[in-house]
Amino acid sequence: MADDFTHQDPELLRRLLRAKDRMDAASHERWPVQRLARVSGVSEAHFARSFKQAFGVPPHRYLLTRRIERATALLRDTDLPITDIAFQTGWESLGTFGRTFRDITGESPSAVRDRARGVAQSLARVPACIVSAAQRPDLTTAVSEKRRREADAITDADDKEVR
Amino acid sequence: MSQGVQVVGLYVRDQDEALAFYVDKLGFRVHTDVRNGEYRWLTVQHPEQPAFQLGLFAPGPPVHDAATAQTLRAVVAKGAMPPLVLSVKDCRADYDRLLARGVEFTQEPVDRYGNVDAGFRDPSGIGWKMIQEGRRA
Repeated sequence: MADDFTHQDPELLRRLLRAKDRMDAASHERWPVQRLARVSGVSEAHFARSFKQAFGVPPHRYLLTRRIERATALLRDTDLPITDIAFQTGWESLGTFGRTFRDITGESPSAVRDRARGVAQSLARVPACIVSAAQRPDLTTAVSEKRRREADAITDADDKEVR
Repeated sequence: MSQGVQVVGLYVRDQDEALAFYVDKLGFRVHTDVRNGEYRWLTVQHPEQPAFQLGLFAPGPPVHDAATAQTLRAVVAKGAMPPLVLSVKDCRADYDRLLARGVEFTQEPVDRYGNVDAGFRDPSGIGWKMIQEGRRA
């Protein structure tokens, strides 16, 4: 039989998916672990581990990818100032937003804005909601680790809130 | 007779639950519901789309061994199946109606480039986008 590590109970997975969906729907909000655990009907102690097991990424990192995804869409689709985009997508300071954005995408928000506008035309036939998901940043390195290495001075409540 | 895709199947965690969802909540109709021992061929149809059937199939014997069935159930429950798109005339009205029936929405209606879209999941975890196409100039 398959072991417990690779096969989580589908009923649990369905409830964890609900927490993921809620972060998707409101990634600008704060998602402390107790809030997510409540959505999933899982104890706080087990939530983060179960989530990572299910989706391959810890919940706080998942939230960061969603915020960057939304910010990228706003950079591409609107003329909003970058400061407004930072606050709308859940960051509490422009500096934190810019640093996290560069950590994840490797580019500055303004560079992404310039480039995204160049390719917008070719994606016009795919439903917009799906394009957005397809352009989700793929987090292969631990943002929190990179951050720790390079930025002791930075206080970043957003990055830590659901750990 | 016309040619084309006739049935596309989904894996659902429970066929009775899926049937109740697609028929009672979304307003689909049962096309075929036939059992042979443990196996149940169940398809539903959108009332305005008589040439297409959506199959609601349960992973398990006799088609799948236990480990494969478990994997399929997990994939569906994680929401990892590709998104489905339901075309509607009035996304906001349907959102209100379906929400009142207890459908689990993942995204409220949003205007995007003249279209309006919303998102919901079926009880198994399959994600749907509900899209109202805007009038093209």
